[in-house]
Amino acid sequence: MAEYTMHILVCGGTGCKASQSELIKSNFKTRLNEYGLSDEIQVILTGCFGFCEKGPIVKILPDNTFYTQVTPEDVSEIIDEHIIKGRQVERLLYKDPETQKTVSTANGMDFYKKQIRIALRNCGFINPENIEEYIGRDGYGALGTCLTEKSPEDVIRIVKESGLRGRGGGGFPTGLKWELTRKSVSDQKYVVCNADEGDPGAFMDRSILEGDPHSVIEAMAICGYCIGADKGLVYIRAEYPLAIERLKIAIRQASEYGLLGDGILGTDFNFSIEIRYGAGAFVCGEETALIHSMEGHRGEPSVKPPFPAEKGYNGKPTNVNNVETFANIPVIINKGSAWFASIGTEKSKGTKVFALAGNINNVGLIEVPMGITLREIIYDIGGGIKDGREFKAVQTGGPSGGCLTKSFLDTPIDYDNLVAAGSMMGSGGMIVLDDTSCMVAIAKFYLEFTLDESCGKCTPCRIGNKRLYEILEKITDGKGTKEDLSRLRMLSNVIKDTSLCGLGQTSPNPVLSTLDHFYDEYLAHVTTSSCPAGQCKALVHYTIDAEHCTGCTLCFRNCPVGAISGEKRSPHYIDQSLCIKCGVCFEKCKFDAVLIA
Amino acid sequence: MNKIKNLADLKKLQSEVQSKIKLRENGDHPESVVQIKVSMATCGIASGAKEIMTYMIDELDHQGIDSVVTQTGCMGYCYAEPTIELTIPGQQPVVYGFVTKTKAHEIIEKHIKLNEMLDGIIPVTYLLIDN
Amino acid sequence: MEMINLTIDNKPVVVPYGTTILKAASGIGIDIPTLCYMKLDDMNIENKPGGCRVCVVEVKGRRNLSPACCTEVTEGMEVETHTIRAVNARRTVVELILSDHPADCLICAKSGNCDLQDMAHHLGVRKIHYEGEKSMYREDTSPAIIREIDKCIMCRRCETMCNDVQTVGVLSAVNRGFHAVVAPAFEMNLDHSVCTYCGQCVAVCPTGALTEVDETGAVIRALSDPTKTVIVQTAPAVRAALGEEFGMEAGTLVTGKMVAALRRLGFNYVFDTDFAADLTIMEEGTELLTRLSAFIAGDKKVKLPILTSCCPAWVKFFEHSFPELKDIPSTARSPQQMFGSIAKTYFADKIEVKRENLVVVSIMPCVAKKYESSRPEFSVNGNPDVDFALTTRELARLIKLGNIDFKALPNEDFDQPLGESTGAAVIFGTTGGVIEAAVRTAYEIFTGKPLPRLDFEELRGMDGLRKATIDFNGTPIHIGIAHGLGNARKLLEEIQAGKSEFHAIEIMSCPGGCIGGGGQPYHHGDAEILKKRQRAIYSEDTNKTIRKSHENPYITKLYEEFLGAPNSEKSHHLLHTKYFDRS
Repeated sequence: MAEYTMHILVCGGTGCKASQSELIKSNFKTRLNEYGLSDEIQVILTGCFGFCEKGPIVKILPDNTFYTQVTPEDVSEIIDEHIIKGRQVERLLYKDPETQKTVSTANGMDFYKKQIRIALRNCGFINPENIEEYIGRDGYGALGTCLTEKSPEDVIRIVKESGLRGRGGGGFPTGLKWELTRKSVSDQKYVVCNADEGDPGAFMDRSILEGDPHSVIEAMAICGYCIGADKGLVYIRAEYPLAIERLKIAIRQASEYGLLGDGILGTDFNFSIEIRYGAGAFVCGEETALIHSMEGHRGEPSVKPPFPAEKGYNGKPTNVNNVETFANIPVIINKGSAWFASIGTEKSKGTKVFALAGNINNVGLIEVPMGITLREIIYDIGGGIKDGREFKAVQTGGPSGGCLTKSFLDTPIDYDNLVAAGSMMGSGGMIVLDDTSCMVAIAKFYLEFTLDESCGKCTPCRIGNKRLYEILEKITDGKGTKEDLSRLRMLSNVIKDTSLCGLGQTSPNPVLSTLDHFYDEYLAHVTTSSCPAGQCKALVHYTIDAEHCTGCTLCFRNCPVGAISGEKRSPHYIDQSLCIKCGVCFEKCKFDAVLIA
Repeated sequence: MNKIKNLADLKKLQSEVQSKIKLRENGDHPESVVQIKVSMATCGIASGAKEIMTYMIDELDHQGIDSVVTQTGCMGYCYAEPTIELTIPGQQPVVYGFVTKTKAHEIIEKHIKLNEMLDGIIPVTYLLIDN
Repeated sequence: MEMINLTIDNKPVVVPYGTTILKAASGIGIDIPTLCYMKLDDMNIENKPGGCRVCVVEVKGRRNLSPACCTEVTEGMEVETHTIRAVNARRTVVELILSDHPADCLICAKSGNCDLQDMAHHLGVRKIHYEGEKSMYREDTSPAIIREIDKCIMCRRCETMCNDVQTVGVLSAVNRGFHAVVAPAFEMNLDHSVCTYCGQCVAVCPTGALTEVDETGAVIRALSDPTKTVIVQTAPAVRAALGEEFGMEAGTLVTGKMVAALRRLGFNYVFDTDFAADLTIMEEGTELLTRLSAFIAGDKKVKLPILTSCCPAWVKFFEHSFPELKDIPSTARSPQQMFGSIAKTYFADKIEVKRENLVVVSIMPCVAKKYESSRPEFSVNGNPDVDFALTTRELARLIKLGNIDFKALPNEDFDQPLGESTGAAVIFGTTGGVIEAAVRTAYEIFTGKPLPRLDFEELRGMDGLRKATIDFNGTPIHIGIAHGLGNARKLLEEIQAGKSEFHAIEIMSCPGGCIGGGGQPYHHGDAEILKKRQRAIYSEDTNKTIRKSHENPYITKLYEEFLGAPNSEKSHHLLHTKYFDRS
């Protein structure tokens, strides 16, 4: 095969695919064909680049040019200008929001500058549907080294020494987990990959499976070798069709190449992987619930102990790790535990992938070293708060986490610091909130999610969270009392204390952390019946400022309930008893005459 | 595809396929490898820049030299086509004019491998391409 | 065995490895309250979802409270069961349950027998601090069981019975979060499901979410209708349990008081299902001997083993799950239905009452009997052989309605001719009893010799699956016994696979047989109660003068006067049935 002189990488992550990146790819191919360049220039659909805010991404190498927000129509121009004439298409380059200068390379962009990509090392770089590209990146080398040069104990020691902790949220030391499962005696053991990512807005695991499925497969095989399992299962939610497709292709290719199956690399190690589909229940991310779901039972957790390491899938010792945890393993083996342990903080090593979302300029997927501060993430990588507004809080850990305020902006992020601050690492959701967010409503939002996703097995989670939610509803409806605030805290503590699994034990965290950090906001709701952020509809009043109102009748004409009255060219008036607080008048008014209070 | 039967097989395949990825890896960090930009405007192509580019890619690859060969637009030295701009890591770029295959071979053998400047360097009268 | 040292409420205790905190505590007199937890000792039935969280205790060093019912002790563990934190959590949990409960205790069928009510009382809950939406579900009425799942507290006991014990798999938790509830798949009605109406869900439900269909009102109306002659039959297991409803010790036999009470309630004739049990032995025993003789003679077409057919839940179970085996069970109707059939023909003729004016009520330890009596093949021109099948619990309610001081009643005897029975019939009430009764008769008919002994200890007991070989004078007869449909399933799968070694198998749906039936007084998870009832049944057998069915003089007379011979054409018409493929 002729060597290509140029590679065009088109992002094929779910987000960019939704913006027609497949069409972009095929347009490239067609046009290159027309120019007779198909043999010289390769077009590759890769996994996620992470910079989803600016997708679809097209990267051209070796020129190292990073095009953003490319449309299928832009392809001709890129080919004519860049490929043929060697001139970068200026308008598709990233523009630094502060300096307004265009940046042509990823390395030059603030979004990427502070990232260290270990788990995401191949995402946006290789074609995930071609095993040879993975092999070209040292792929399966770690498995080879383990099988031929190292004993399972050696490998477990390396993983332990690396300090890798579970990336699914719990932060349990991975090497220790492997060791426990290895010590369980059984005729059959299992390696399970937890790909039931369920935090709202989180897509770390999906992106890894879409962009680099082989890294997970290789790691599962290494884990199988360590614990003495010849069977691997990937539990993945059925809502991830692209990840499933890529994973299937990867498993098939690995089997064809003899990297899965019997007698891998000429050793007597056998390992095969099957896919199990989840129906998208958040609670199935909890390992015992996940195992029950795989067994065909209702996806609900059971009391631990026994831990899966002793009694897991089909009653056999089972090691469950999350996708991102696995993705770190081959690199740790290849580069050594000391290298991995050199990144991060004392007790949290390596990097963490976060899904950055909310009121922030650069929404996307980032991988940062442990110990980075929130400020660096939000302002350097994330490009600051949208529309120049004020930072209010950042929510980490998804529905199980909590809200962190300004005072934590310079806290180094790691497992323990986040817990100490009343939140948690979680699987990596990070939602940034600006000053227009009502913290009571935020707590309610997360609780609503937990309420829907609770399995309903234990009383505190099933009924307690419902009552908690109802109290919050009462508060945002302006019917709350001060007693409700103490009741909230009391009930939250009982739910934490008595729930069966991690979901219930952490579900009140958003409530407790907002109570801790934004008590005044709660107090305003219950004492003065006001919502400082102006978000709680029931507490908000729309009025018309007679001085600014020109009597244009726009509000009058748009009010859906006829609550606005007034003569042409004279100030209008809102009848509060009729107003449904839809906000249309506020949006329509061109003279800023509608006030929210 | 034949099955990979042992670690040696895997290593062999890895070295075979690595070169395909290499271009991307080097392209991601061009400052760490030899960079060659071939002027490929109409005049360049007319005077054989394309062949020079292919030759350099093949030869550098053949010799196992980590490098990035890219095309660029007109450098303004139409009288001296084909022209290439060579950047050795940590050094200022230089531009060679009238590059033939023999010259290209010489550039690789002398300048790139031994860091000896050759004749035919065009004095830079412009700012670097990137600026 | 490894022993573990720990302290509970500062008291040291040493227990074997694997013991739960709950069990360790109860051993030293610390009674940690539980709600969802249930264990029937020695019967391999345990419901331990750890879901209600009422039994939470404080374990030193653990971040959260631990459920005592499913937390195993560890060396050096320090447990405190009544710290303010634990008590507050426990009460909050119960308040939360009550906040999503109809709380219609005054008129609830389970009032006074409700574990939730007891728990609220036990914990001194006087105010529910939480209010909000309550779960609302439609009521599901089937021929036997009513589901009012507004009252479901997700204890999952019914699910354990339906899935793990009975392997019927109708009930399981559905929906998520606040809307999670135990229901059949797609929340279909029970009568559309494969429910066998065994009633084990009802037997274990801690609240009023699952109860039997109450037919006491209809029976009272029939009793007060002057145009009707109302007769009653009582199943063997009822007399060993009814006393419990009136505060008597479990295992107290109340046969005579029960008869007296029924008579005072106004039944015109008080008969005994035991009579029909003897009749069943004649029919089923004859069928067994016919098949057995043919088999021994080398007839390859003959189907063995023969399976008993007294239990209606079991019949419905194999009709749903093993329809290809429907030729194997005995075609003999259950004693309840044999009684109804004979009552509305032979007896109706005798007392010259028209079928339509004769009302047959049966008192059963069972809720599936309600369903059985409603099966269309058991009625003639729309008039059922058995009009109403009441449970033991419903009879107790009737007696209370009748202002009868049960404990003070004298012992009275059944009426004749359908009230006479043998010891063989009495033991129908416990697992192993039907097959023992059948052996007593079959042996004598097969060998032509009198039995050397009457008590077949090898057929008795509480193990879920039992087998024994009885020597029929040189011919070894292999007998299998299963109670609990999960155990039955194992035997049926052996038959399906052609691996069954048995000639005859007795199957009862309920653990313990009819003494543990779904219509019996609630055992609240105490397996000892079932064992006491079983002992009572065997003692009644021992005290009977006649202990073999074929020696019941009224049975002999019935054949002479009416049926001819066992398995005669008339018998087939009146006393046998056929089975349907319901898969």
